[in-house]
Amino acid sequence: MIRLEARPQPSAVMAYATPVLAVLLTMIFGGVLFAVLGKDPLQAITTIFWEPVFGEFAFFYRPQLLIKGAPLVLIAIGLALGFKAGIWNIGAEGQYIVGAICGAAAGLAFYPTESAFIFPLMVLAGAFGGWAWAMIPGVLKVKFGTNEILVSLMLVYVAEQLLASMSLGLLKNPEGFGFPGSRNLQQYASAHNAELIAGTGMHWGVVAALVAVIFAYALLARHRLGFAIRVTGEAPRAAKFGGVNPGRLILFCLGTSGLLAGLAGMFEVSGPAGQISIDFNVGYGFTAIIVAFLGRLNPLGIVAAGLLMALTYIGGDIAQSQLGLPAAAIQVFQGMLLFFLLALDVLTNYRVRFGSQEVA
Amino acid sequence: MTPLLALRGLTKAYPGVIANDAVTLEIAPGEIHALLGENGAGKSTLVKMIYGLVKPDSGTMQMRGADYVPTDPRAARSAGVGMVFQHFSLFDALSVAENIALGMETPPAMRALATQIRKVSETYGLPLSPDRTVGDLSAGERQRVEIIRCLLQDPKLLIMDEPTSVLTPQEVDILFETLRKLSAEGTAILYISHKLEEIRALCDAATILRGGKVVGTCIPRDTSARDMAELMVGSTLATPKAAAHNTGNVVLDVTGLSAPAPSAFGMALKDVTFQVRAGDVLGIGGVAGNGQDELLAALSGETPCAPGMVSFLGGDLSTIAPEARRGLGVLSAPEERLGHAAAPNMSLTENAMLTGAAREGLSVRGLLNWPKTRAFAERIIAEFDVRTPGPDNAARSLSGGNLQKFVIGREVLQRPEVLVVNQPTWGVDAAAAAAIRQSLLDLAAGGAAVVVISQDLDELMEISDRFAALNEGRLSAPRPTSELDVEQIGLMLGGAHGIEVAHV
Repeated sequence: MIRLEARPQPSAVMAYATPVLAVLLTMIFGGVLFAVLGKDPLQAITTIFWEPVFGEFAFFYRPQLLIKGAPLVLIAIGLALGFKAGIWNIGAEGQYIVGAICGAAAGLAFYPTESAFIFPLMVLAGAFGGWAWAMIPGVLKVKFGTNEILVSLMLVYVAEQLLASMSLGLLKNPEGFGFPGSRNLQQYASAHNAELIAGTGMHWGVVAALVAVIFAYALLARHRLGFAIRVTGEAPRAAKFGGVNPGRLILFCLGTSGLLAGLAGMFEVSGPAGQISIDFNVGYGFTAIIVAFLGRLNPLGIVAAGLLMALTYIGGDIAQSQLGLPAAAIQVFQGMLLFFLLALDVLTNYRVRFGSQEVA
Repeated sequence: MTPLLALRGLTKAYPGVIANDAVTLEIAPGEIHALLGENGAGKSTLVKMIYGLVKPDSGTMQMRGADYVPTDPRAARSAGVGMVFQHFSLFDALSVAENIALGMETPPAMRALATQIRKVSETYGLPLSPDRTVGDLSAGERQRVEIIRCLLQDPKLLIMDEPTSVLTPQEVDILFETLRKLSAEGTAILYISHKLEEIRALCDAATILRGGKVVGTCIPRDTSARDMAELMVGSTLATPKAAAHNTGNVVLDVTGLSAPAPSAFGMALKDVTFQVRAGDVLGIGGVAGNGQDELLAALSGETPCAPGMVSFLGGDLSTIAPEARRGLGVLSAPEERLGHAAAPNMSLTENAMLTGAAREGLSVRGLLNWPKTRAFAERIIAEFDVRTPGPDNAARSLSGGNLQKFVIGREVLQRPEVLVVNQPTWGVDAAAAAAIRQSLLDLAAGGAAVVVISQDLDELMEISDRFAALNEGRLSAPRPTSELDVEQIGLMLGGAHGIEVAHV
């Protein structure tokens, strides 16, 4: 018989080993899934994990790693701060959309003026948009005790409608022959988030993600606010006894994660995506939740997890086009990763014992 | 006469520790048998084996001459063993009858059960209405629910784990009447406690455990409390002594403190007024749930109160946040060690940061100084004799007594002007409790104002200069402890809450 025995202390080894185990289990069960779909599992797995980095067309896919990884990391860093404190912002996707809308709108307002001030202004607008969207669940939670999970999630759908409305209305390209979508910011030099080094995928969003990682790391390790976040997540009553103001902490965590998600949206719309359109958002805000947990809510871990998830995105695309795997299979594959990770988490606090039952 | 229960050579080892080492014990029918020992002496393991929660490694148990091998609590109950735990397992939102039904294998229909509950409660002088919601009951009444739950199964042996820790002296008297009546009817009682005077008043025999071994048996009536205590501890006990000290100016002034109940099952504070001078130890007694947690929260700053209610050295403290209060020198230690006074999964170093940041200079402009915090944690561990491999261990890995020493030490070493503690020695063994009490007395001797909130009246009588009782959120006027005896204190605590002694 198998049973779980509580560890006196959380295991440090397991905390680092479980993400690796989860990736391995995902490969095994993902392989089974692909085999059932009639594909060669080994080929599918290598297509997803090997092709983008070392394959024939790696020169094309490698920059994609940064382009897809940066928004994931940027959003996940913000989410991790909240998750550590037990504040569950599930609506990063909505904050990402609103950040993109605000950023793009700020740039387009000056079209076609060229100025060095436009891009920084767009950055501020994008950050503000995401922050403001996240403050809605924040203020409602602090004032009325609403559940931030529900409110932030529902606001994603509101943001999607807003996005559609903007693409068809206020931000529609007047010279776009009636097609939905805004002007392409890639063709507006002052507002374009161009590659900083050509051919690397390195844009301002990558820089912002790295800054956010360093900032979050220092905050959690060395700052009082980071300590407050950790204590609140571990023992809310102890945190309150220690002097943490729970309301302020909720607003800080939701605000910061919204701000970073808004930034991610702004860098995306002004760079890789180029324009506000109905299908602008591709689920980065939700995938970032997986990234945050896969990275153990640890800033450095999130960088690794963000790159890994970016890899499955790119590899998934290749597998779709080359092997004809359905898109849903790739999503199941990504979902498995979170599933195994959360399931294996139990090993951090418990050890598995084989043998007869004995209650202590 | 065959003993009701005979334990022979019971041994149970856990990795690294032998919890019970060849324990032999006999209980006759109708006997009230005390099981004495410090925390960690093996009392809990022993009764868990009797109640079928733990399987012994070796040794035998016999019930009325027949082999008794309980595989689980259900088997123990059907063999006639009932147990009342120290921590109640009751649902606040359910009624008394519903709670009792939940603990039964085959509960009868609600109406029949209610009749049974009324009958048992009248027979044993434990008045209790089956329809009341448990959340509204006092601790003493909740205990009655647990006892009645056991009595409904008609036990031959009733195990009681620290039953009086939550009762007023008058309630204790009533409980003892009930237990004596049960004993007279032939029910044996295994009574676990470390309150020696109670054992002397109640029990027919006592077995003393230390380090998992039986170190002695005695007839409590004929043995002095001090002798029993020294058997338990295995050495002579140092009684905490207050050094001669003078009281100074009023440091903490609480005037008309009122606050609404923080939750549905909390207690509102009503017009609480007291003053504490430098060098003064004010003891606040009361049965659990009468506003102790709320009073501590108001003094620590966790719950803000209206301006003018709490002042420190003449300055208004009422609206100042916990962190700023600590900066001024007003410190506190709440009752609940894990989850309130300390974060269970965090290391002792991190827990030292929790309250030490401001006053020990562990955080400068928001930046945390971890090496200095670690040194502070190590100082607490050394000076308060906290048994742990080191400051990197999680708080939850410490035993209750050791963590309590850490929590109290953390506040005492910050040289407070005012220290408020709630249940400073709850669940702590005698030696550690004496050390904690001594540190509180030393603190007062050094000129601090100390407020000790406790349910342990012996403790309050021992260390406090003045005593006040908290009852239903109201505080009585403090009186010098030397003028009071236990009877008067019991009346101050609200007497027996209008319940009566068993009609034998």
